[in-house]
Amino acid sequence: MASVTYDHVWKKFGDFVALNDLNIHIEDKEFLVLVGPSGCGKTTALRCLAGLEEVTDGQVKIGDRVVNDVPPKDRDIAMVFQSYALYPHMTVFDNMAFGLKLRKVPKQEIQRRVEEAAAILGIEHLLKRKPRELSGGQRQRVAVGRAIVREPKVFLFDEPLSNLDAKLRVQTRAEISKLHQRLQTTFIYVTHDQVEAMTMATRIAVMNKGILQQLDTPQNLYDKPANLFVAGFIGSPSMNFFPAHLRKDGNDLFVDTGDFAVKIPEDRVKTYAPFAGREVIFGIRPEDIHNPQFAPPGIHAASVECKVDVTELMGNEIFLYMVSGKHNFVARVDPRTRFHIGDKVQLVFNMDNFHLFDPASDRENPVAIR
Amino acid sequence: MQNQPRLSAGDQILNWLTTGVGRLLASIFVPLVTFLVLWRGFIFLRDSNAPQFIIVVVAIVWGVGGVALLYGVSNWLVEKLSGEWVRRLQPFIFIGPAIAILFWYLFLPTIRTLILSFQDGLGRNFVGIENYIFAFTDRVMLEAFRNNLLWMVLGTGFSVGLGLLIAVLADRTPFEKVYKAIIFMPMAISFVGAGVIWKFVYAYRGEGVGIQEIGLLNAIVIGLGGKAQPWLLLPPINNLFLIVIMVWLQTGYAMVILSSAIKGIPSELLEAARVDGANEFQVFFQIMVPTIQSTLLTVTTTIVIFSLKLFDIVRVMTGGNYGTNVIANEFYLQQFTYNHSGRASAIAIVLLIAVIPVMIYNLRQFRKRRAF
Repeated sequence: MASVTYDHVWKKFGDFVALNDLNIHIEDKEFLVLVGPSGCGKTTALRCLAGLEEVTDGQVKIGDRVVNDVPPKDRDIAMVFQSYALYPHMTVFDNMAFGLKLRKVPKQEIQRRVEEAAAILGIEHLLKRKPRELSGGQRQRVAVGRAIVREPKVFLFDEPLSNLDAKLRVQTRAEISKLHQRLQTTFIYVTHDQVEAMTMATRIAVMNKGILQQLDTPQNLYDKPANLFVAGFIGSPSMNFFPAHLRKDGNDLFVDTGDFAVKIPEDRVKTYAPFAGREVIFGIRPEDIHNPQFAPPGIHAASVECKVDVTELMGNEIFLYMVSGKHNFVARVDPRTRFHIGDKVQLVFNMDNFHLFDPASDRENPVAIR
Repeated sequence: MQNQPRLSAGDQILNWLTTGVGRLLASIFVPLVTFLVLWRGFIFLRDSNAPQFIIVVVAIVWGVGGVALLYGVSNWLVEKLSGEWVRRLQPFIFIGPAIAILFWYLFLPTIRTLILSFQDGLGRNFVGIENYIFAFTDRVMLEAFRNNLLWMVLGTGFSVGLGLLIAVLADRTPFEKVYKAIIFMPMAISFVGAGVIWKFVYAYRGEGVGIQEIGLLNAIVIGLGGKAQPWLLLPPINNLFLIVIMVWLQTGYAMVILSSAIKGIPSELLEAARVDGANEFQVFFQIMVPTIQSTLLTVTTTIVIFSLKLFDIVRVMTGGNYGTNVIANEFYLQQFTYNHSGRASAIAIVLLIAVIPVMIYNLRQFRKRRAF
């Protein structure tokens, strides 16, 4: 059990910068998820911690110990690989016992620990089998088991669920969460799937192009994305963005996209007033756009006229792909909504939950205005 | 019928050829012509006094064309039959000739050798197992067995060991291709050629006034302040000097095959072992080697077979003298120098029997890897 610290860590592959001044402090017993699109550096960050890659600059610490020059075997970490990387010539038991045998743990102790881990994961009956005789889900469990028996300070997971089918993935997700509660150890988990990140993490580190975008709890990440990238990455379907103009009209502020204008509620006018008259990017999540008929009461609603382009019935909700002038957006509305393609309708935006980003702050990745 | 198109003369002939009597006649006529062509070619090649160049050209055309013609015609004939029979006979058309040739060139000579091995030197009278008694008790033969064992253990061991080592190490350098090309190069040299090269390495001119040593090894020894040695005349160590040549030739083979196997190991597997607490030696022996085990065995058995039937190097370098004799060389001496076909055949059979188990094992490994 230990904390983990990335202290100004850089990793370069030739000219390519995989990690750009990464600073993360992970508390003991935390479940941190590193998430981002492929090539964002999340796996590199994990491999640097495991010792499979050397950092170009900065320090990686496990507890108080700088481990930059410590080989993987002496870092006291366990890792679950995406491909599981089970040793094909060994039985499940030997796979799990391998790390303990190398550490010269007494035989009886090995036996006890492997059986205990197998019981936790429900794979006792598989101990004598070879990896090739197992299904994907079983292999995944063995890979986790191999990590558990080691009783390491830190568990590393590199996209461990990406090779499982959808149903098994949901089930295993819950099991890994339970495992974390049971083991009370630091978990660091890499995934490109924001649903996995949201459901399992105590904190999430969102990365893009080697740069840490935001490090926060799932709820904060969803409610207060720091920038356009995080706002677009977290949530599915992702947030709608409209380039707009912030117009001051008397004491009121309006977000004017050219096709429609929505009024900013009074309690937030103060925040945005300094940006009056400037270009902004207006962001609103599909779940904050409602059919007026079923809109929750008591919200600051702003009406927008638009046309239905495509409807997707999901059962518990409907995704509406809408067009308003030159803008397209997605709405996630009540399933009782009866709209048809081509209908001209009114939808309401819940102006309690919207986001404004300042394009002047960063051309590629505008920062949220708070 | 008005719409029936008029048949051209060519079409009419084709029609006639593919129906009824015409079809039957063609089926007889075509093979007959084929046979005649092949036979005439054979007679020509046997008796002709034409210039050599023409004979060569005819031989190539007749040989290659004849095989194609034979295949084509017999396939054509079989396809004239009903579907059921095509299915039954067609395989024989394709593998039949190969099997016939194997039978003729491999199986019959083996039987003949077996018979000869129970006969006297001239192949006239049966002498029971006398030749085998010779093969297993004669001092020369025992020496050959010992040497072959040396070749097998040291030659194979070093070839595979070095091949594996180089494959693993080269895998981690940026100049892998260069190193591998250099190590692999001797593979392209024939054993006799290698013998000539290494004769210079081991060359010894003797002692005396005005004699200049030209051997590389002796040059090194003298350079270090030693005395020139007749390397190939020093039993039993001269065997090792010969084995070095085979290692030089075969390491490249082992390296190339093993290198491709090593590249096939998923890198995550090795990383998992490192995270699990293995140092590089443990990764090598406990993960890498077991993973490429089947390849390792295939390479080993292939080189074992090689060393069992080794002949050229010994023949060229020492002729089997000075305690360097091997089974295959003794066979050669018995057959061609002493003209004792009985003993030679017995030795050949012994060698064959020694190789067979390794061979079977090797084939099994190949099959496992779906090479066949």
